[in-house]
Amino acid sequence: MAHLNVDVVATDRKIWSGEARQVSAPAADGEIGILAGHSPLLAVLRPGALRITPADGVVVRATVSGGFISVDDNQVTVVADDVEVERDGSGAGTSQR
Amino acid sequence: MAGSQRVYKQRIKSTQSLGKMFRAQELIAASRIGKARARTSAASPYARAITQAVSAVATHSTTTHPLTNMQGDSKRAAVLVIASDRGMAGAYSASIIRETEKVIARLTAEGKEVVLYASGRRAIGYFQFRGRELAGHWAEGSDSPSSSTAKEISSTLLDAFLLPDDEGGVGELHVVYTQFVNMVTQRPRVVRMLPLEIVEGVAAPEESDVLPLYDFEPSPEAVLDALLPRYVRSRIFACLLEAAASELAARQRAMHTAVDNADDLVRNYTRLANQARQADITQEISEIVSGADALAS
Repeated sequence: MAHLNVDVVATDRKIWSGEARQVSAPAADGEIGILAGHSPLLAVLRPGALRITPADGVVVRATVSGGFISVDDNQVTVVADDVEVERDGSGAGTSQR
Repeated sequence: MAGSQRVYKQRIKSTQSLGKMFRAQELIAASRIGKARARTSAASPYARAITQAVSAVATHSTTTHPLTNMQGDSKRAAVLVIASDRGMAGAYSASIIRETEKVIARLTAEGKEVVLYASGRRAIGYFQFRGRELAGHWAEGSDSPSSSTAKEISSTLLDAFLLPDDEGGVGELHVVYTQFVNMVTQRPRVVRMLPLEIVEGVAAPEESDVLPLYDFEPSPEAVLDALLPRYVRSRIFACLLEAAASELAARQRAMHTAVDNADDLVRNYTRLANQARQADITQEISEIVSGADALAS
């Protein structure tokens, strides 16, 4: 199955990037889940929880304080004003590419 | 005659201690440049993502936004100057201020009233000393700008831009900052920030291409509303970061020259001091000899 290429960026740095199976983000009018092959999307985010299920490794959870998400051709970019990452496991999942 | 020797010694000492200070400043600037450039590259993924998203909206929807509209009838134009907080950077501040004056002159010639915003204590001091009014000023850490400063600046400027004309709103915004070309060259540059013109990023698709249908959540207008202020903020942040790197590079170069000059001065004064000492000795000898001659005869 195809994977998503995910980049999470904040104003002053790159937070996370790698391959993922699923991304779920708090869009302005409700949680959205994105799987590979999603149609192009540009959505505004409200403050809430961002969840990334990487191709391998543990789920990455983060809290975003607003921003937007763009999906185009399995390339997912989450642009957030402020991100706080809480990782369950070790540093697995950072920069897998 | 021992007086002139003492004067030279004093000068040598003070020049040497100045030279030490210059060298310290040079090293500090050199070590901070790396950091500043790392921050510029750390901020670039964000800028790139924003630009891509903005051009996606621009190409895939026909929505217009107040920020992209030319408010042609406005007689006011805002100018944001990004200078340094401290001197000791050679012509850095002077050239940015000169560029600003040029822009102001050009806008005034076009019949526009210029509203000034300044970042960096040097620019603020320059304009306040001349009694020019500043609509807004920021002076915190020009050599390591934070994204919160950029947020403050951009929200102030966006408010001014979106204000109706008769309430003191501005029709356009120009930013004067220093472009970091490389360690040796930094160029003052003027960009028109508002109304927005999106030039970089995705090229417009050709007619034959099938446009991927973009979903906008909740609506194209809302997406633009959220995107464009962020875009402006990231552009201003990028300008601030680049100006910071330029400032540090200019300071490093200026301080390097100052160290060289101090060394030259010390060498000069040492020669003069030696000459004076030699002259003293010669005079003393000739005094003793002529004294002995006088006693002998």
